[in-house]
Amino acid sequence: MKKRQASPLGRIFMILVYLFLYAPIFVLIVFSFNSSKSRSVWTGFTFKWYTELFQDSSILSSLGTTLLVSVLSALIATLVGTIAAVGFFNMKKRWSTPLLSVNNIPVMNADIVTGVSLCLAFVAAGSFLKFKLGFGTLLIAHITFNIPYVILSVMPKLQQMDKHLVDAAQDLGCTWSQAFVKVIMPEIMPGIVNGAIIAFTMSVDDFVISYFTAGSKVQTLAMNIYSMTRKRISPKINAVSTLLFLVVMILLIIVNIRESRQNAEAERKKLKAASEP
Amino acid sequence: MPKELIRLQNCTMAFDGDVVLDNVNIHFNDKEFLTLLGPSGCGKTTMLRIIGGFLKPTSGDVIFDGERINDVPPNKRTVNTVFQKYALFPNMDVFENVAFGLRIAKVPKDEIKQRVMEMLEVVSLKGFEHRDVTSLSGGQQQRVAIARALVNRPKVLLLDEPLGALDMRLRKDMQIELKRIQQALDITFIYVTHDQEEALAMSDIVVVMNHGVIQQIGTPEKIYNEPKNAFVADFIGESNILDGVMIEDGLVEFFGRRFQCLDGGFAPNEPVDVVIRPEDVDIVPPEEGMLRGVVTNLTFKGVHYDTFVDFKGFKWLIQTTDYCPVGSRIGIKIDPDGIHIMKKSEYSGMFGDYSSYSEEYDELGDVNAEILEELEAPEA
Repeated sequence: MKKRQASPLGRIFMILVYLFLYAPIFVLIVFSFNSSKSRSVWTGFTFKWYTELFQDSSILSSLGTTLLVSVLSALIATLVGTIAAVGFFNMKKRWSTPLLSVNNIPVMNADIVTGVSLCLAFVAAGSFLKFKLGFGTLLIAHITFNIPYVILSVMPKLQQMDKHLVDAAQDLGCTWSQAFVKVIMPEIMPGIVNGAIIAFTMSVDDFVISYFTAGSKVQTLAMNIYSMTRKRISPKINAVSTLLFLVVMILLIIVNIRESRQNAEAERKKLKAASEP
Repeated sequence: MPKELIRLQNCTMAFDGDVVLDNVNIHFNDKEFLTLLGPSGCGKTTMLRIIGGFLKPTSGDVIFDGERINDVPPNKRTVNTVFQKYALFPNMDVFENVAFGLRIAKVPKDEIKQRVMEMLEVVSLKGFEHRDVTSLSGGQQQRVAIARALVNRPKVLLLDEPLGALDMRLRKDMQIELKRIQQALDITFIYVTHDQEEALAMSDIVVVMNHGVIQQIGTPEKIYNEPKNAFVADFIGESNILDGVMIEDGLVEFFGRRFQCLDGGFAPNEPVDVVIRPEDVDIVPPEEGMLRGVVTNLTFKGVHYDTFVDFKGFKWLIQTTDYCPVGSRIGIKIDPDGIHIMKKSEYSGMFGDYSSYSEEYDELGDVNAEILEELEAPEA
């Protein structure tokens, strides 16, 4: 493929796009180190807001909730999503294709719709089964929106896998579940790990769906930040947002590097297979 | 008498109403090298997968050693498979790949080690135990796949086009190797291929299939020398297939001339297909020939020339070491044992005319139009 030099106009456009995307975050990060409470005038460098942050019990407890719900929902969604992906994979194409499209809808769907509908469902079910919105419903909601991401990252690994591997394992005496553990799992492990990281990231990142499903007693970090903006204006918001941004960014970078490495590996294998008789 | 090991009884296999095997009846004998041969989509791999337990026939029975095994899953069958693209486990080294079946069967460690090393020696891969399977060449991976299957001491080894991905030289070597292994271990091999040369070179029995139907079962010699119908004659080697009439036992008429042959058992004046192998035709001077024709095309093949000769508009392929330039008139002689007679079948008229071949090269047919006029065969 020939690489085309970007035209000057194109470059300016690109710079503008990135500016609009990242300038606000840049400002946010810069002012998290501002020594005064001003959000427009730079008065000096400080770590004060970060130290204060880690003494704020409400922030720490909401951070705990976020980590707990993210880890649990990522683990459960990874388990359920992997099993679902294997199920889709073993289905006839006629069935799996429409089902996979349905699986993608929650990914595209507006969070507010997912949040409100989950909230309504929980309230309705709660009135029959006598439970209230709280950590449980928050966890279920997170698992629900995480599963599609896991399926999306495991599915390609299954499709890349040599289909005869399972046949071979069974031919050599494995039951289906032995074949799954000994042969399929090692093959799709990279996809499972990617899926788990993405699910965790999505959970940490989520505000809207949590807001509608956590009830009044439980608060995630994102919800806490939101309520802070409504109560009083403190650069602590900048500090906690900066940390959240960095964590999510690092996780996404990890996933991206893993995926590109895995693709390069697959490509290399394919080339090797093609060059050899 | 060889002992019967596997039998497919009235086996039909259909995928979404698509019939891939059509009421097949066949048995496989113990310790035989049997090849399922046919073009792609003929149902040969499906038959293999039914025997391996990966598919259940839509109807009919699979009998193994006298027992019906339709519902026995692959992991409970005493057969092992060598898959087309080897299907080695990429997360394990050579040793672990070969040891896989034994580990599942919980064979003691010492015995595993001994049997794996033994088997690696059989497939000439000693010293490769700890190599990564993805670092091996195609031929070596092939050997690992064979060792991985054979180490379990199956009664039957199923091989699904195992040499398909190898180059010509390696294929020839592996053919000899496979035959040697089969004889050394003294077990049944069921081998699937679309390569007729491979089938003839290795097999005790060849089963020719097309469209899910068995066309012929026999030894390689029998299949080649006495094909049952035009499909088999055309698929196995090259054949000129002509319309003829069986006048009486040992006498057949085609191109308006009578020929001695060795076949019999047909009704008087029954229309038949006549097969003449390209190498069974002798080229003689035109005046001595039983038939006379004009050479329309010539291809040098190393051992021989592929000579295309036009007889009354019907083009024959003759393989000869004699050089006959394009345009020359020649006569041909066929010995009685070079003529094989087949009953008419659904394949009659579909194969064995080489007219289309010469069109691909260049159209000499028109030039020869006037010569054709005088192409009257002399009376016997």
